[in-house]
Amino acid sequence: MEGFYGTLLSSVLALIGSFLIGAVVAVFRMTSVKGLRWFGAVYVEFIRNIPLLLVVYIFYYGPSALGFTLDGFKAGTIGLAVYTSAFIAEAIRAGIMAVPKGQMEAARSSGLSYIQTMLHIILPQAIKLVIPPLGNQFINLIKNSSVLTLVAGLDLMYFADGISTETYRTFDTYIFVAVFYLVLTLPLSYGVRIWERRLQRKY
Amino acid sequence: MDFIGAYSADNLKFLLDGLYVTLIVAFVSIFLSFIIGCMIGVIRYSEVPVLSPVMFYLVELIRNLPLLLIIFFIRFALPEVGIKLGLITAAIAALTIFEAAMIAEIVRGGLMSIDKGQIEAARSSGLSSVQTLWHIVLPQGLRRMVPPLVSQFISLLKDTSLAVVISLPELMHNANIVIGHSYSYAIPTLALVALIYFVVNYLLSLLSRRLEHRAV
Repeated sequence: MEGFYGTLLSSVLALIGSFLIGAVVAVFRMTSVKGLRWFGAVYVEFIRNIPLLLVVYIFYYGPSALGFTLDGFKAGTIGLAVYTSAFIAEAIRAGIMAVPKGQMEAARSSGLSYIQTMLHIILPQAIKLVIPPLGNQFINLIKNSSVLTLVAGLDLMYFADGISTETYRTFDTYIFVAVFYLVLTLPLSYGVRIWERRLQRKY
Repeated sequence: MDFIGAYSADNLKFLLDGLYVTLIVAFVSIFLSFIIGCMIGVIRYSEVPVLSPVMFYLVELIRNLPLLLIIFFIRFALPEVGIKLGLITAAIAALTIFEAAMIAEIVRGGLMSIDKGQIEAARSSGLSSVQTLWHIVLPQGLRRMVPPLVSQFISLLKDTSLAVVISLPELMHNANIVIGHSYSYAIPTLALVALIYFVVNYLLSLLSRRLEHRAV
């Protein structure tokens, strides 16, 4: 039960963190400032092409080389947030790009500023499109939080591992844990599917 | 930080050995999961009674579980019911099962994206449903599946790192051992490993872009 709580807490924290970082990076990737755009592209491409475990290790081992330490839970959650943020940045960017360019031009020529156009015209439409991929990312994030086990991150899998070595009832323990994960992920993927269907009907 | 120590010839060779295992496991799993995923995807697409709904639940179940759990399960829980797999076999089995479920959904999505009118046209010009699937729907669907498939292959390659938990001697596992020698190796080693993963995966995504262009 404690593990369930750990998984949930780190997933929610990582979700919030990754959403914030992802949104900033997505904005970076779309600004007209060349340096920022370049930074955003490198960030996304690099992180999307290395394993999550590696990102978590960097936050787990890296700080100790610099003289301070992060415990497994913190390192894992930060790693998870950083890793997921690259995917979220891409999802947000794709959503914003999916709104036809003509709308931006129309809004700008009818006198709205860039920020007004973004807030009132582009973002409300983009958010609807972005929700299914974001939901999928969140499901991935919950599943990925199991990686915290490898840095003693006190999540569901970590405790399952402990219990199964203590009781030797490996099979039962893992089935039980699987049910726990499904309780978290199935409603989410069901929700994502319903939302997708609603989107399709509209167009 | 000790770059010279971390990049000693022994350590580099050790990491390359790991890369070799990573690549082998990844490519065998990619191959197997692609075949199995295609079969499941076609079954789900063609709405065979009984079989298709069963596949639906199976795919949903696997897609909603962490890969780590599946690896653990295959390596540690299955022996309890009498199924014992070797290290590499267990890793490949877990990766294949997990990724096949993902690929099945990609294949189904690709097939579904083909316009219904084409199927009707093919059927009314006398092709059987199997012929329609084979000659009309699959060739077009496969082309559309290339980008999501390649990104799935990339995540498979990244996911091989999770086999650390069963001590498969792949890249991440060997990196871990190098770091275990001295914490001053941590940053140089992780940086190098990150670079290796990045290069391999980036080459894969370049390949995908090339394929995409040719398809269009």
